[in-house]
Amino acid sequence: MTTTHPVVVLDAVSRVFDSDPPVEALKQIHLVVQPGDHLAIIGPSGSGKSTLLNVLGLLDRPTAGRYLLDGIDTAVLSDSGRAAERGRRIGFVFQSFHLLPYRTVEENVMLSELYLGTPRKDRRRRAAEALDRVGLSHRRTFEPIRLSGGERQRVAIARALLGEPSLLLCDEPTGNLDSKNTDSVLGLFDELHAQGLTILVITHDNDVAQRAQRRVRMVDGELGEVA
Amino acid sequence: MTAADVIEPIDGEPTAEPADAEPVVVGRPRLRIVDLIDETLAGVFARPARAALTTLGTVLGIASLVATLGISRTAGNQIVGRFDELAATQVTVKARTSGGGSSSGSGSSRRAPLPWNVEPRLDRLNGVVAAGAVAEVSNPGAVRTAPLRDPENITEQLVPVYASSVGFLDSVRGQIVNGRWFDQGHVDRVDRVVIIGTDVADQFGISRLDTQPGIFIGDELFTVIGILSEAPRDEGLVGSIILPYTVAQERFNTTTPERVVIETDIGAAQLIAEQAAVALSPNAPEGLNVTAPRDPKRTKDAVQSDVNQLFLLLGLISLVVGAIGIANVTLVTVMERTGEIGLRRALGAARRHIGLQFLAESTAMGLVGGIIGASVGILVVVAVAGSRQWTPVLDVWLPLAAPFAGALVGLIAGLYPSIRAARMEPVDALRSGT
Repeated sequence: MTTTHPVVVLDAVSRVFDSDPPVEALKQIHLVVQPGDHLAIIGPSGSGKSTLLNVLGLLDRPTAGRYLLDGIDTAVLSDSGRAAERGRRIGFVFQSFHLLPYRTVEENVMLSELYLGTPRKDRRRRAAEALDRVGLSHRRTFEPIRLSGGERQRVAIARALLGEPSLLLCDEPTGNLDSKNTDSVLGLFDELHAQGLTILVITHDNDVAQRAQRRVRMVDGELGEVA
Repeated sequence: MTAADVIEPIDGEPTAEPADAEPVVVGRPRLRIVDLIDETLAGVFARPARAALTTLGTVLGIASLVATLGISRTAGNQIVGRFDELAATQVTVKARTSGGGSSSGSGSSRRAPLPWNVEPRLDRLNGVVAAGAVAEVSNPGAVRTAPLRDPENITEQLVPVYASSVGFLDSVRGQIVNGRWFDQGHVDRVDRVVIIGTDVADQFGISRLDTQPGIFIGDELFTVIGILSEAPRDEGLVGSIILPYTVAQERFNTTTPERVVIETDIGAAQLIAEQAAVALSPNAPEGLNVTAPRDPKRTKDAVQSDVNQLFLLLGLISLVVGAIGIANVTLVTVMERTGEIGLRRALGAARRHIGLQFLAESTAMGLVGGIIGASVGILVVVAVAGSRQWTPVLDVWLPLAAPFAGALVGLIAGLYPSIRAARMEPVDALRSGT
């Protein structure tokens, strides 16, 4: 018995798209992610991975089932309430980094707590800490275009770390990286996991999945645990 | 009911939902004003060239509005200024034509003759600078110079002859170039003196007055005591002869003045016009016809509205074009920054924050356009006024209101793109943008 909530509890979560014919992207998903987990979800494209990530990231609502994030029933949240929980509890890492090209590395990282109303001074201090954590303090004033792919993804990870999120949600984080940069980013995930961060990586790459402590396979909208 | 009751753990671990640790909901996301300004400026200055070009439409619109209003105000002021010099300070009083000329026969029985002694009646009125009565002498007879008969020259002419009161010279702003004007003493004594205009003096070869030249009007001999060089209110006087009204009454039977000319202080013409008839004819003021200049304000307005309308229309059109430009570019920007919108939503931005940011960006562009446009417009007004040697005149509110007008244009232009941005689904925005 732990005194903390599981980070993620999915209880019979389904997501059906109203297309013609309707597509059932998620079928009765059950998933529990405990604090400190390092979980990989593997599956081919079209298996429903992205839909699952969107639901987990509060970017999309399930059509059936319950989703508890840090013990909060997300179904009762309003649109802006979901935005607030998303900003506070979830750190996103995208395949394409999603850095703003016209802002410096530091400013990009500082965007993270912008919508939590954190004063600028505090954000700047924490951005420096987060950049230190990913080993990019010396790139603080650079614009993203001058960074390598691996460095860009580490900036994105620093941004995701800023608000001390409950869950680091990574969507094909190494999809745009060469093997050397992939190694460095995965090494960073290992470090962060060792520091106690809860990480969920969605990937189609088995090598990436192998680095995770726990692996779940997704096929046609259904989950199955892989040892 | 707790989660543990309904969840079937897929990895076999027990999932407990302890009742003692109630989760705390974050609540609503919020964005500090300073941060909004920060993000807005960063967004605008991210593409400075585009922002500058986008702003150009508003600059042109505001500049042409300011310039139009300023120039027409300046020009209007100029016209009124010139107007003031003579006409705006002149009031003329005439007796209404009685009898046959009038369409209504009812007033024919009563005639309100103008008095000759207008000066004591009118000088009491505050605002009167000078007043004088005048009448043309009917059938005075031919005019000739008596002492010298030069057969080579034409020595006999028909010249208009006027009878006037003492104040008449000042009321028409007349200037005596030689000799003097007659005074109340001449009037009271019925002295047979005349003032002749320069044209008449030239015709009759009179240039010196120390010889006390005489002039015959009909069979009557008069002494020339002064030569009138100019009379801006009554240009014809330089070609005529003027004599004291008492002399005209005695010799030519000129009974009443035809008109009374009043020079007023600037701005007093309307007031004097109301009072003059009563002052001149207390018993029958309605028998007098007072001619006053048009209200200067209305003259100015009329001039302004004539000049303005076309350019004002052009200014408004360019403002609309500017607004469309801002709307268009903001819309393109929204589409280009779809990925950024998705990211911001992922970072916790509510829809309103997204909308607010784009609205603030378009408003900022409009505001900057308004400020630059107002500056350019003022420069144009000053340049035009300078080239015409006018005094530039500008309403104070104009340069102050122009930036706000620009901001308003930006705000309105940004509404639709902002709503589009706010309505984007974060999932779609993240997928389509990079």
